[in-house]
Amino acid sequence: MIVAEQKPIAEIAGYLDGHKRVLVLGCGTCVTVCLAGGERETAQIASVLRLSGNGREILENTIERQCDAEFFDAVADQAAGCDAILSLACGAGAQMVARVFPEKPVYPALNTKFMGTNDGAGEWSENCLACGDCKLGVFGGICPVTRCSKSLANGPCGGSADGRCEVDPQNIECGWQLIHDRLKALGKLDALSEIAAPRDWSKTHSGGPRRLSREDVAGL
Amino acid sequence: MWRGCERPAASDVSDRSDSPLERSAIAMSEEKQSKSGSRLERKLAAGGFAVTAELGPPKSADADLIRNKAALLKDWVDAVNITDNQTAIVRVSSIGTGKLVHDMGLEPIIQVTCRDRNRLAIQADLLGAYLMGIRNVLCLTGDHQVFGNHPTARYVFDLDSVQLIAMVRDMRDRKVFACGDEIRNSKKAGIKEPRLFIGGAANPFGDPFEFRATRLEKKVRAGADFVQTQCIYDMERFDRWMKEVRARGLHRKCAILAGVTPLKSVGMARYMRDQVAGVTVPDCYVQRMAEASDPKAEGIAICVEQIRRLRAIEGVAGVHIMAIEWEEKVPEIVERAGLGTGG
Repeated sequence: MIVAEQKPIAEIAGYLDGHKRVLVLGCGTCVTVCLAGGERETAQIASVLRLSGNGREILENTIERQCDAEFFDAVADQAAGCDAILSLACGAGAQMVARVFPEKPVYPALNTKFMGTNDGAGEWSENCLACGDCKLGVFGGICPVTRCSKSLANGPCGGSADGRCEVDPQNIECGWQLIHDRLKALGKLDALSEIAAPRDWSKTHSGGPRRLSREDVAGL
Repeated sequence: MWRGCERPAASDVSDRSDSPLERSAIAMSEEKQSKSGSRLERKLAAGGFAVTAELGPPKSADADLIRNKAALLKDWVDAVNITDNQTAIVRVSSIGTGKLVHDMGLEPIIQVTCRDRNRLAIQADLLGAYLMGIRNVLCLTGDHQVFGNHPTARYVFDLDSVQLIAMVRDMRDRKVFACGDEIRNSKKAGIKEPRLFIGGAANPFGDPFEFRATRLEKKVRAGADFVQTQCIYDMERFDRWMKEVRARGLHRKCAILAGVTPLKSVGMARYMRDQVAGVTVPDCYVQRMAEASDPKAEGIAICVEQIRRLRAIEGVAGVHIMAIEWEEKVPEIVERAGLGTGG
């Protein structure tokens, strides 16, 4: 899922300076699951903003997905009556709000962090950089592009010690130690003797913002 | 013995001719025979025990500091590493510093990291470095920028160090850029490739230990002519690593230069032991530094002992002395270790 966290309330309040009627809009998908921008968090932020006074009217609602235009009908009337929208979606969702309501200023309430997994209560970690050329099959199901701090392709640098990455030993495991251990357990350590060629970064954002067009589903 | 060249070259061209023109012709023909025209390459190819050192460029546009350091090292080492924004702190570029050093008659080994430049920038810089007379390059991953003075910078890591070695090898031996294009200015122009002697780093002490020799093997297969190791204090672990290196025959394809760093104080010994990933310092050295009445002299004595021991290990082709901000001690270390190259 996409993992996000709320911005400091002071930053959010700063955006809303001068606005009289604001729609606080939650998102029912990823950010609901990671407890950053769902119905509950939308209600919390709306309450805080109401308590801060300023004579500002605060409306609130949560739609199923802000990254898809088809879910916005339910809030069209509320949006029309507001002079700003505070989006509790990820960056993609907030941009869709701006696209659907081109005449309304849209402000983000969240910082979008990464694509990752839930590692237990209150813990999430980054696992995928959407490089567009998945090699998990070669590396034992552990991604060197994401899990190595330097995205190295041919093994660990000298900064791997006791399974930790020197960039932040407390919080970051050495991705290459993980790859090594997993391939060893699978009896596939030989795979690491192969020299991995330079990556084709044009499949990442280095090639510009990416698009996906599929004719097979275009008419559905 | 390691043989990197087509044939062993004479150690000193000037011994064989008095005429400058003839000397130059011989030098050119030797350059064709060798991979790069590097003096370090010639020394290793002839079976000599190589001595390299490290020269960290200054954090300011201070040419005198570079020249002073180079003057200290000039007559004592075969070549000197010029670091590339070491520990991710901005300094004079390795190529700029290398040019100054080269002009003083000290042979530079230009470090190139993957952190700050992509494949376009690195290839362009290597072409420029070659034109300025530089003949050795050391291909490194690079320290992460969080350790330096610009921790909010964006990193590059377009290539990793193995891929960088292969790219420089392909530029030299296949005469092509990373994209596959021939290194020529136009279809009608001749190929003019940069011919560099290619080095890499090896860390016998990083984890996972059993992968370390495999990683060196990848660098050798990618085209590393020599490697310099992380600084060695743990002789036992280095011995084990060298056994693996010899078992794979890597020391015959690639010159292994063993890295040493003289300890200056017990504080430094503890710091290296506890804080630097990929470096292990056995307690016996920490204790010796703690008990010494003159810790600096003890640090030099330990370093000299280490070099003598390293030299005796089969497959060690030279020593790389990293006297961090202590370049003035290199001549003493070289002399006391019995490695004087002329003085």
